[in-house]
Amino acid sequence: MSTPDSSDTPIVELRNIEKHFGSVIALAGVTVSVHPGECHCLLGDNGAGKSTFIKTMSGVHAPTSGEILVDGKPAVFRNARSAIEAGIATVYQDLAMIPLMSVTRNFWMGREPVRGVWPFRFFDADLAGEITMQEMARMGINLREPGQAVGTLSGGERQTVAIARAVYFGARVLILDEPTSALGVRQTSNVLATIDRVRKSGVGVVFITHNVRHAMAVGDRFTVLNRGKTLGTANRGEVDVNELQDMMAGGQEMASLEGSLGGTV
Amino acid sequence: MSDSVTQSDERVREMSTLRRWLIRPELGSICGTILVFAFFLAVANDSGMFSGKGVMNWTLVSAQFAIIAVGACLLMIAGEFDLSVGSMIGFSGVVIALMSVTWGFPMWIAILTAFAVALVVGWLNGYLVIKTGLPSFIVTLAFLYILRGLTIFLSISATNKTIIGGVRDHAEGDWLANLFGGKILKGLFTWMGENGWIETFSRGNRAGQPVIEGIPMLVVWAIVLIVFSHVLLTKTRFGNWIFAAGGDAQAARYTGVPVNRVKILMFMFTAFCATVFATCQVMEFGSAAADRGLLKEFEAIISVVIGGALLTGGYGSVVGAALGALIFGVVQQGLFFANVESSLFRVFLGGILLLAVILNTYIRRMITGER
Repeated sequence: MSTPDSSDTPIVELRNIEKHFGSVIALAGVTVSVHPGECHCLLGDNGAGKSTFIKTMSGVHAPTSGEILVDGKPAVFRNARSAIEAGIATVYQDLAMIPLMSVTRNFWMGREPVRGVWPFRFFDADLAGEITMQEMARMGINLREPGQAVGTLSGGERQTVAIARAVYFGARVLILDEPTSALGVRQTSNVLATIDRVRKSGVGVVFITHNVRHAMAVGDRFTVLNRGKTLGTANRGEVDVNELQDMMAGGQEMASLEGSLGGTV
Repeated sequence: MSDSVTQSDERVREMSTLRRWLIRPELGSICGTILVFAFFLAVANDSGMFSGKGVMNWTLVSAQFAIIAVGACLLMIAGEFDLSVGSMIGFSGVVIALMSVTWGFPMWIAILTAFAVALVVGWLNGYLVIKTGLPSFIVTLAFLYILRGLTIFLSISATNKTIIGGVRDHAEGDWLANLFGGKILKGLFTWMGENGWIETFSRGNRAGQPVIEGIPMLVVWAIVLIVFSHVLLTKTRFGNWIFAAGGDAQAARYTGVPVNRVKILMFMFTAFCATVFATCQVMEFGSAAADRGLLKEFEAIISVVIGGALLTGGYGSVVGAALGALIFGVVQQGLFFANVESSLFRVFLGGILLLAVILNTYIRRMITGER
């Protein structure tokens, strides 16, 4: 839970990113960097530009202007694949999981291990199952068996499978798009624990959320997005929940609302 | 937290054996097979249904169903339908007969041409479904009519008939034709007949020969296709892609599964199976007819659904589909042996289809936990 260890060079750094869709300015100068082993929380209310920013970072959108640096060197992401090759994996809200299929088959989907010589090259179910069980256990989920269907898992556990999959297949930076937004209290804490584990293994995490409390629970640094701009980045301990909340909402009205609600938001 | 996890784990583990059996796609068809056999053993045992000849009778019918059900099964798991299977059977048969009997090509060229044409049609089906994004139901419905119309047109315009006979003479001694029309293990059956282990003819010019002279290639094809497809589906990387393509095509694409290729290949495989069926049938009857294969697409789909596959894709089993075909064949022939009015077969078919779909939906809910 300390400040980012090791190197001063971020794995990925985005400087002054702007993105225009025709006359709409979705991003008007966003600067964010992620160091190894760091959880960088990106906070913002609906419409602040979070989704556009994720898509720029994961290579789906090309920025209108601004710089992307990978390991300190300028990089251009032509598409999602080139971002993945640079080690930037995105776990979207719909997770890319198939509920009817087993955890193992989902975990390895598209990258199944095989053994034997063609035409007798078979899916190595034992190895796949073993690694899946092991990776899931590292994330704190004890599967009954590798053949358990994803449909039997809770939303938080599915999130964890998706995270474990991205990490196992070489993600250095993991972008999590509101992983806790649809989850209950206990499942949320499971996902936050997963984020903590991933971070400790040296992966940089970009945690997008609009829930300040979730962000405070695991974040090392906090960047607030408002109306397409970064309002600044603060280290852990430099800000408190209320300050972040105010920055996200853009000030006064939230303060008065909060007063009338007795600090429950 | 960890305590409660292990506790709930143990509680689940207690019932997991039962549950694991319940969520196997084959369960329904295994129960169905047992019930059907029990029923006919009780009702029609003395009718000759379970004599050597009777067994061969319903085995052949079941094998026919199985050949097309296997193709339809993999395609359905990949998330698509093919309603043109029946028309494909008629079309391939007529192509073989026209090529060999009418136009005088060697039989093996005729058969290979039929397979080539079928694969192209299968590819076209798949390509159109993928490119247009239309439901495969509509695209293959179009081909149901296109192929049937072409079949009748070809056969009428080339021979003025809708039935083309004389195939058997042309198939005589052809290496490839024997792969579809012959029988294997004849020596074994003769030997078993000589030893009195199986029934032999007691009179006539075939006296002393076994009543069943060998295993028809139709049955061999059915078994080969079942084993091949089962291994492909459950034991290979490609099999995982079939499940993934049908389970959620978008999610599969996200993770790098070549969904389009998988689906098109499955359309081609279905057409291949239909042509195997057609070739065996042409060799058996010695003729091709433009109306062959009518309604076979539905029989294939029913077998697959009885076998536990979901109509929505992503879930199913080849073994289940094969058992579905067996139930199908045994009931159809069994009602004949039991002297039941054969029209009742359709009533049974509709009933069991409904039952299977309800059971499958329930099982799906159990797996995915949706309510």
